[in-house]
Amino acid sequence: MKDTTIRWILYAVLFLLFVLHNDLWLWNDATIIMGMPIGFLYHVLYCFAVSGAMYLLLKNAWPVDLASKDQEQK
Amino acid sequence: MTLTMITIALYLTLVLLIGVFSNRLFKGTGEDYFLASRSIGPFVLLMSLFGTHMTAFSLLGASGEAYTKGIGVFGLMASASALVVPLVFFFFGTRLWSIGKNQKYVTQVQFFRDRWESDILGLLLFLVIVGLMIPYLLIGVMGGGITLTNMTEGAVPPWVGGLVVCVVIFTYINLGGMRGTAWVNTFQTLVFMVLGAITFFIIVQQHGGLSNAMRLISESGHGDLLIRGEKIKPLQMLTYIFIPLSVGMFPHIFMHWLSAKSVETFRYPILFYPLCIAIVWVPSVLMGIMGVIDFDPQTTAGNAVLVKMVAKHAPDMIGGLLAAGVFAAIMSSLDSQTLAVGTMFTQDIVKKYGFRQKEISEKQQVLFGRIFVLAILTLTFVLAQFSARSIFKLAIWSFSGFAALIPVAVAALYWKRSTKAGAIAAIITVAVSWIYFFMQGWETPGYTLGGSGVMPVTAMFFLSTTAMIFVSLLTAPPSKETIEKFFKS
Repeated sequence: MKDTTIRWILYAVLFLLFVLHNDLWLWNDATIIMGMPIGFLYHVLYCFAVSGAMYLLLKNAWPVDLASKDQEQK
Repeated sequence: MTLTMITIALYLTLVLLIGVFSNRLFKGTGEDYFLASRSIGPFVLLMSLFGTHMTAFSLLGASGEAYTKGIGVFGLMASASALVVPLVFFFFGTRLWSIGKNQKYVTQVQFFRDRWESDILGLLLFLVIVGLMIPYLLIGVMGGGITLTNMTEGAVPPWVGGLVVCVVIFTYINLGGMRGTAWVNTFQTLVFMVLGAITFFIIVQQHGGLSNAMRLISESGHGDLLIRGEKIKPLQMLTYIFIPLSVGMFPHIFMHWLSAKSVETFRYPILFYPLCIAIVWVPSVLMGIMGVIDFDPQTTAGNAVLVKMVAKHAPDMIGGLLAAGVFAAIMSSLDSQTLAVGTMFTQDIVKKYGFRQKEISEKQQVLFGRIFVLAILTLTFVLAQFSARSIFKLAIWSFSGFAALIPVAVAALYWKRSTKAGAIAAIITVAVSWIYFFMQGWETPGYTLGGSGVMPVTAMFFLSTTAMIFVSLLTAPPSKETIEKFFKS
C-alpha cells in the first residue's frame, strides 16, 4: 500500500477515535465492571487505544523530511 | 502534623538539590539558560512536558470536579487530552522544533513575528499570551497555599504555602535555568504519579475495595456521580475537546519543545502521553467521587476534598507525601510558566527593543532572564493574595484563550497564503471574544453558550478561524523569501 494511502487510513482512525470519544450509549449506564462504572472504564481503555493509534502514526506517518533535515544539519 | 511538615520539607530540599546539581552543567549562555542548549532527551522531554501540562488542577481540581460532577470529568478532560495533546505534539511540536532549531528561535513570538514579517503582530501576540498566562500562574501559587493550609488543618495560613512555592521555584530556576527546570520537572512528575497511586490504593483499601466504594457512593444518595446523566451535557463533551488544543500555544510548552535534542526525541511524548494521563487522572477522579462517602458537597468545598480525605484516612506520613505530590504538580507547571514568561520579556522586549544600538551579551540575557523570573513570581504571589476564585475556573478560561489561538499556529505552519493581517485579525478576534465570553460567564458556574452545553471556546475558535481565512484572502500574501524560509522542503 502507498504511504499516502496508509496516512489517510490513519487520519480516518484518528477521526473515528474522536467520534468514539462521545460515548452517548453509555451516558446513563451505571453498571460496575472491575470496580469501576462502565462509562469511566470505557474512557480509561480509550486512553490505551489512543496510545495504540499513536504507535501506528509514529510507525507509518513520521515526518521523515524533518528527521532528514535534522541529520543534514548535524 | 509535624510529620507532614517534615515530609514536605525533605521533599523541597531534594528539589533544591537537583537544582544545585543542574547548575554544575550550566554554561552561562542565553541558549543554555533558556533552552538547556537544545539537549533534552526523550524521557526527560516526556516527563517535563507532562509535568508542565498537569497543574494543581489535575489533582486538586479534577478530584474536586469529580466530587460534584462525577465520572464524566474523566472523559471531559482526561481522555480528550489523551487524544488531542499527542496529536498537537505530532503535527505542531515536531515542525516548530525543526524551524526553531534552524532559525535559532527561543520564543514563539520570534517565530510568529518572522513568519509574517511583522513586529506589530509580535507585540500583540506577546500581550495576549502574557495576559492569558496571568490566571494560569495564579493557579499554582493559590494551589500551594490551599494545600499547606488544609494539610495543617488551618494552622499555616495560605500565603505561607504560596511563598514557599515561589521561593523554591525561584531558587532552582535561578541555578539551572531550563535544564534545572526540566530535571526537577522529571523528578516532580514521577513523584506525583507514584504518590497519587499510593494515596489512591490506601484510600480504596480504607473503603473496603473499589467495588465496595462504588456501592457506598450509591447508598449515600450520590449514585448520579457514577453516570454522566444531567451533570454533563453531550454537547459539552463534544466541544470540550477544543480545550486541550491550548497546549499548541502555551509558551512554556513551546520552550520545552525547543529544548529537545532531536526530532526523534518527540516519539516518547507522543506515544506515552495518553498513558501518563490515565495514570494521573484515574486515581484523581475516583478519589473525587469517593469523597461523597465521607463529606457533604454542600459543606465541603471541591478543591479541598482530596486533602481532607487524606487527612481522614491516611497516616501523617502519607498525608505529607501527598502534599509533596501536590506541590510537585504545582511547581512542575509554575516553574516552566515563569521561565517562559521571563524568557519572553528578555527575548521579545529587552533583546528586541532595549538594545537597538548593540547586541545584548549572553551574560546580560541570563541576568535579565533571572530578574524577570523574580519579578513575575513576586507579582503572582501578591496577586494571589487578592484572588478568591476557584482554581479550576481560572484554568478553563486561560486554556480557552490559548486554544482559540490555534488557528494562528495552523496557518503559520501549514498555510502559505496566510498573511500578517489575517493573523492580527485572528489574534484581535480571540482577545475581543475572550473578554466578551468571560464577562458573560464570569458569574455563572459551568457557563456554556445559552446553556446548551457548547463551550465558549468553540465560538472563539471558529471566530478566529474565520478572521484568519477571510482577512488573509483579502490581503497581499507574504514575500517569496519568507515562504521559502518556512516551507523549504
